[in-house]
Amino acid sequence: MSEQPLFSLRNPWFSASVGVTAAIAVLAALAGLIWLPLAQADLKLSSIWDAICSAAGVPRASQQGDAIQPDFKTSIVVMTSEMLTRHDQVSIGRGATLAQRCAICHGPQGVSDANSPNLAGQFAAVTYKQLVDFKTGARVNVVMSPFAANLSTQDMLDIAAYYAYLPRVPSDKLDPAMPAPAIVTIGAPMRNIPPCGSCHGDIDNKAGSAWLGGQSAVYIKAQLHAFAAGTRRNDISQQMRNIARQMTAEEIDQVARYYEAQP
Amino acid sequence: MLTNKRLIISHFWLAFIVFGAALVLGAWQMFVRSPLNVWHFNPEFYYRSVTAHGSVMGYVFPTLIAMGFGYAITESALEKPLIGRRWAWAGFFLVAAGAVVAMIPVSLGLASVLYTFYPPMVGNPFYYIGVVMVVVGSWIWVVLMPVNMAAWKRENPDKPVPLAMFANVAGAYLWGWTAVGAALEIIFQILPVALGLRSTIDAGLARVFFSWTLHAIVYFWLIPTYIAYYTIFPRAIGGRLYSDAMGRIAFILFVVVAMPIGVHHLFADPQVGAGFKYIHSVFTGLVALPTLLTVFTICASAEIASRLRGGRGAFGWVGALPWKNPIMLATALSLVMLGFGGAGGLINMSYQLDASVHNTQWITGHFHLIFGGAIVIMYFAIAYDLWPHLTGRALESFGMMRAQLWLWFIGMMVTTFPWHYVGILGMPRRMAFYDYANPAISPQAFSVVMSAIGGFILLVSGILFLTVLIRGQRSAASEAGAYRFAVPLHMPARIPVALNSFGLWLALMVGLTVVNYGYPIAQLMVLKETNVPAVYVGASR
Repeated sequence: MSEQPLFSLRNPWFSASVGVTAAIAVLAALAGLIWLPLAQADLKLSSIWDAICSAAGVPRASQQGDAIQPDFKTSIVVMTSEMLTRHDQVSIGRGATLAQRCAICHGPQGVSDANSPNLAGQFAAVTYKQLVDFKTGARVNVVMSPFAANLSTQDMLDIAAYYAYLPRVPSDKLDPAMPAPAIVTIGAPMRNIPPCGSCHGDIDNKAGSAWLGGQSAVYIKAQLHAFAAGTRRNDISQQMRNIARQMTAEEIDQVARYYEAQP
Repeated sequence: MLTNKRLIISHFWLAFIVFGAALVLGAWQMFVRSPLNVWHFNPEFYYRSVTAHGSVMGYVFPTLIAMGFGYAITESALEKPLIGRRWAWAGFFLVAAGAVVAMIPVSLGLASVLYTFYPPMVGNPFYYIGVVMVVVGSWIWVVLMPVNMAAWKRENPDKPVPLAMFANVAGAYLWGWTAVGAALEIIFQILPVALGLRSTIDAGLARVFFSWTLHAIVYFWLIPTYIAYYTIFPRAIGGRLYSDAMGRIAFILFVVVAMPIGVHHLFADPQVGAGFKYIHSVFTGLVALPTLLTVFTICASAEIASRLRGGRGAFGWVGALPWKNPIMLATALSLVMLGFGGAGGLINMSYQLDASVHNTQWITGHFHLIFGGAIVIMYFAIAYDLWPHLTGRALESFGMMRAQLWLWFIGMMVTTFPWHYVGILGMPRRMAFYDYANPAISPQAFSVVMSAIGGFILLVSGILFLTVLIRGQRSAASEAGAYRFAVPLHMPARIPVALNSFGLWLALMVGLTVVNYGYPIAQLMVLKETNVPAVYVGASR
C-alpha cells in the first residue's frame, strides 16, 4: 500500500497513537495512584510512595492489637460447603463402634425419647462441629463435655460419618400436614430474621446448619433460649444468637413444634 | 463470490438453533422468578437454566455468527475462495462438539456455576473442557482471517483492504487476545481443581483473568453488528458509506482499548487496588469514542441515502428513508437500543455510580439491552441480508420480517426497562426466588411481571425469525447475484499504512494490557494467602 515504515517516529500515525495512549495512561496513573489517594485524608498516607502502594493494592498488615478478645472460647471449626460430604465405609464402621458409648442418650439407632438430639441422618459436618466445640470448650454441657474431651479428631470424624449414614427416623409426633409458621418460610424481615428454612433445609441447606426434622421440641426450644440468653455461643459469627434474640417466645414454641412434626 | 455456502450457512443455522433453545430457557427463567409463578420449583433448575442460557448466548451463538459472517466476508469482500476450508470445517465441528460436551454436565445439574464461572464455585470438568473446545474452535477462525487477508494483500499490494475484511480481521484479533484471559483462568485455576488435582483456588486472580475476557467479549459480539452498520446498511438503503477511514479508525480503537479495561467489572472486588480501578475506568471512558464515531458516520450515511431519494430539510430527510426495508428498520431500532444501553454503560463504568447498581438487576438489564437488543437485532439483519445469497432462494416475507424486528425491539424494551428500574430499587441479580410477600420487595412485583411479559414477546419474535428463515429455505429458487458491501462516498485510492494493517494496533493492545493488568495479576500470583477452598457445585448433599 505505502512504503512508509509503520514503526517509525516519522510516521505521524505511529507517534500520535503511541503518544496519545501513553499520555492518557500516564495521566490516569498519576491521578489514580497519587492524586486521588492523597486527596482522601482518612487514608492517612504519609508519602507519595505510600499513596502509590495503597492505590495499587499492596496488602498492608492491619492493626489488630487493639481488638478486644472475648472472655470465652469461640468455635475453631472452619465450615465449607463440601466438608464431610464424601462417605468412607471404614470411617462409618469405626464410628459405629465408637457410637456405642453415645447410645445411652442418643439411642442405639441414633434416635431416642430422651429429649437429646436425634442424630440419625444428621449431616456429618454438623455432628463433627458440635463434637469439636464440646472438646475445645466452645460449647459446654455437663454430659457431653466429658465425653468429647478424650475423642481424637479421627474419632469425631468417624462418629459423625456413622450418624450421617444412619437413616432418618421421624418422631412419633410426625404431622407433615402441619402448616409451616411464617418464621420458617419468610422469616421476619423487619427484625432481620431470615427464614429458618433458608438454612435448615426446607428451602436450602447451608453448611453447618443442622437438619431439624424430627428433633425433640423440648431440645429445640431449650437451644433457642440458650442462644437468646447467650449461654450457648458456639455459633459462628453469632448467626443463631442474633436470630434467637429477635424471636418471640411464641415463635420459638411454633418452630419447635413444627420441626418436631417434620420427617 | 460465495463458494463455501454450505460452510457459512452451517454456522448460521447452528447459531440460530442454539439461540432458539436458549431463548426458550430465558423466557422460562423470566417466568419462574416472577410473581406469575406460584413458587413450587427447585431453585437449582433455575441456576442450571441460567448456566445453559448464558453459555449458549455468550459463547456459542455469537461466536458462530462471527465465524460464519467472517467466512462470508472473506469470500465476498476479497473476491476469492477461502484459504483453509478444511480448517474452517474443523473449527465448526470443534465448536459444535464443545457445545454438546459443555451442555451435558450443565443439563445434569453438575455445573450450575453460571457462564461467568464464579470461582471458588467449581463444577464438572467437562463443562469447562467444552467451553475450551468452543474457544479453540473459534481460534481456528482467528488464525484463518489474518491469513486470508495477508494472502490478498500479497496479491493486491496497491489496494486498500476492503473495510468489511479489515473490520473482520480486527474482530478476529480482538477475540484472539480477549479469550486468553478466560483460557488462563480455566486452564491454570479452575480445571486443576475440577479434576481433583488441587482443592483450593485463587478466586481473586481467577476473577481478574475473567475480567480480561468479560468486557472485550462484548466487543467481539459487537463487531459483526458494527460491520453490518458500516458495510451492509448504507448499501441496503441505496446510499453510500459516509467515511471509509472513520470505519477503520472505529475498529482500530476497539482493538486497542476494548480489552485492557475489564477491571471495571471488579469495582466491588477487594483484590484489585483502587488506583487500577480508576485507570481502567478512564480507559473504559475511551471505548465510548468508537461508538460515538460510528453513530455519527451511520447517521450521516443514512442522510446521504435519504437525500439521494429526495429527502429534504434539517430533519425532514428522516421521513424519506426506506422504512419498509428490514435492514433500515433493524439498524434504526438497534441504534436506539445502543443509545439507551450505552448510556447505562457509562453509569456502570463510573466508580461511584456503579456502587448503587453493582450486582443488581440493572446490570442484567444493561447487558441484555446492549447484547440481546442492539447487537442481536443486527444478527437478524445480517441473516436476512445474506440468506438469499446462501440459499439461492429469495426471502419474501417482508411483512413478517418487519413484525419480527418490531417485536424484538418492543420485547427488549419491555424486558429491560423494568429490569433496570428494579435494579435501582436494589433487587439483586442471580436469584432464583424473590419473596414478593415481603413488604420490602412487593413494590417490585409489578415491574418483574412486565419484564416477564417482555420475555414472552421476545420468544414470539424468535419463533417468527426462525419461521422467516425456514420459509426462505423453501421458496422458489432465484439468483441473488454477487454479495456486495457498501461503497464509500469517496473511494480511498491510497490510505496510510497504519489504517491498512494491524501491527501497530496489536502492539498497543498488548502494551496497554501489560500496563493495566500487569501489576494486579503479578501481585495476586505472588500472594499465596489469596487461595480459598473450592466450593464444588453438584456435590452430594
